[in-house]
Amino acid sequence: MIQVLAFYLFAGLVIASAVMVIMARNPVHSVLWLILSFFNAAGLMVLVGAEFIAMLLVIVYVGAVAVLFLFVVMMLDIDFAAMRAGFIKNFPLGIAVALILLAELFLGLGAYGAGGIELGTPDGTAAERGDVSNIQAIGALLYGRYIVLFEIAGIILLVAMIGAIVLTHREAKPGARGRQDIGKQIRRRPEEATVMKNPEYGKGVEL
Amino acid sequence: MTEFFQSFGMSYEWAWTVATLVGILAISLIVMFSVAMVIYVDRKVLGAIMLRRGPNVVGPFGLLQSFADGLKVFLQETIIPSAANKGIFLLAPIITFTVALAAWAVIPFDAGVVLADINVGLLYILAISSLGVYGVVMSGWASNSKYPFFSAMRAAAQMISYEVSIGFILVCVVLWAGTFNLTGIVEAQRGHGFGIVNGFFFNLLLFPMFVVFFISALAETARAPFDLTEAESELVAGYQTEYSSMAFALFWLGEYANILLMCSLCTLLFMGGWLPPIEWAPLYYVPGIVWFLLKTFFFFLLFSWIWATVPRYRYDQLMRLGWKVFLPMSLLFVAAISGYLMATGHFTGPTPLVDPASVAPADFVETKPAAQPIAASEAS
Repeated sequence: MIQVLAFYLFAGLVIASAVMVIMARNPVHSVLWLILSFFNAAGLMVLVGAEFIAMLLVIVYVGAVAVLFLFVVMMLDIDFAAMRAGFIKNFPLGIAVALILLAELFLGLGAYGAGGIELGTPDGTAAERGDVSNIQAIGALLYGRYIVLFEIAGIILLVAMIGAIVLTHREAKPGARGRQDIGKQIRRRPEEATVMKNPEYGKGVEL
Repeated sequence: MTEFFQSFGMSYEWAWTVATLVGILAISLIVMFSVAMVIYVDRKVLGAIMLRRGPNVVGPFGLLQSFADGLKVFLQETIIPSAANKGIFLLAPIITFTVALAAWAVIPFDAGVVLADINVGLLYILAISSLGVYGVVMSGWASNSKYPFFSAMRAAAQMISYEVSIGFILVCVVLWAGTFNLTGIVEAQRGHGFGIVNGFFFNLLLFPMFVVFFISALAETARAPFDLTEAESELVAGYQTEYSSMAFALFWLGEYANILLMCSLCTLLFMGGWLPPIEWAPLYYVPGIVWFLLKTFFFFLLFSWIWATVPRYRYDQLMRLGWKVFLPMSLLFVAAISGYLMATGHFTGPTPLVDPASVAPADFVETKPAAQPIAASEAS
């Protein structure tokens, strides 16, 4: 009973907030609706017993990716009139994307009507869920059967990360003040930085 | 507690629902009361260090000061700036407060005294604490004012930076404990140091991580010396500048609830939670929850002490510390600790590692007939 209620709550909110992502006028509101929809998707994952994936979804997408989205969108200076001006120009492309999505939707519904696919083993029988926790099951698969693919994915991510750093890295211009050396800053003592003077009354100090 | 309500003749589902509701209410009341008292302690400690008296007017020794402040704030007028984005402006403090309370659901106060004993407890805390940044970012943007906006930008970058190293530190602890469940992590610390000392802090490989975790906790909760988000000398009051009355109070309460959460995490992950510090029978006569509260309070005193002692970091120094010192260091320790655990074949988890055969599809088992527990096969 409570599962059914929770499912319809989460599923309804996912769809409603996903609709609001594209309906909202303000892009910041769109991102916030997107976050709500991520969050409810995580709720759905918990319902099907994939609590590890649910937590990862929240940590990675809500906790990091969406924050960066929000960060960028908040910095934008948006001119709504200019945005609408591009509407006619982008209209055919939009229609094409919408048609593809519609076709996929029908395909999905058709497949569902034909009985759908049982999740599980390659020979079609449903895999029974052992009493091991999610994390252990995923770990055993990732570090056992899929170890090569997993490592390759890791290397690709590493390359992407280094690429991003190289792209954004800027050498200091010649003649500009050099980089701060924090070790040097900490090593600096008052004796090196200050001079005690005892000026006469009414006279200035010359260093 | 579910059994207790079932004894009144309720069905299991109803008893569970009522028990959970009662549990939520009890935990949030206790946390809110502790927050009120801890704010008093904070101000008293600060006063003592600055050679003044601190709050001493309302109630005996000023004990009721926080409640007086609460009442005052409750009676004030809520001002919403006319240029603000109203909905988000009001939503932000609510999110901060809710998120700060939600994380307490998985904190075990004593053996078995926990609202939700889920097996991804630590990940849940990481997930919830990563949501804390939204309250700050949303309030900064919705205020439509420059200082709060700068503060929100700072908060977003700061919290993400330190979450990364916190994540790696948690991995170190989880590697050693063998579970994500907080109760399991505390149990794994029983007699960790030579069978006498309870707690991971006694471990030479984990002690540096403990220090890094504590400093990251300061940064994660935007506490001094990392309180760049509300640096008075630069940003007025940071993201709270435009807030008044109850909305402001919700930020305040949420902030302290987060600080308490980080203190209790230090306790649970490194100091042995509700276990007495030393494995000695007479110490077990003290209830576990007293040990838990004492240790948490100890960490809170450290937080206060640091607040009163250390000057504020510069923002670039903060980023440097997070990315160039803590991140490589914690990464190194993840490698070192997992290497050590593999080399010694020492695995102290309450549950053995899974036999891959029990979870993998059938064809996998055939290709690798000698499927052994991972730790055992690597150690030989």
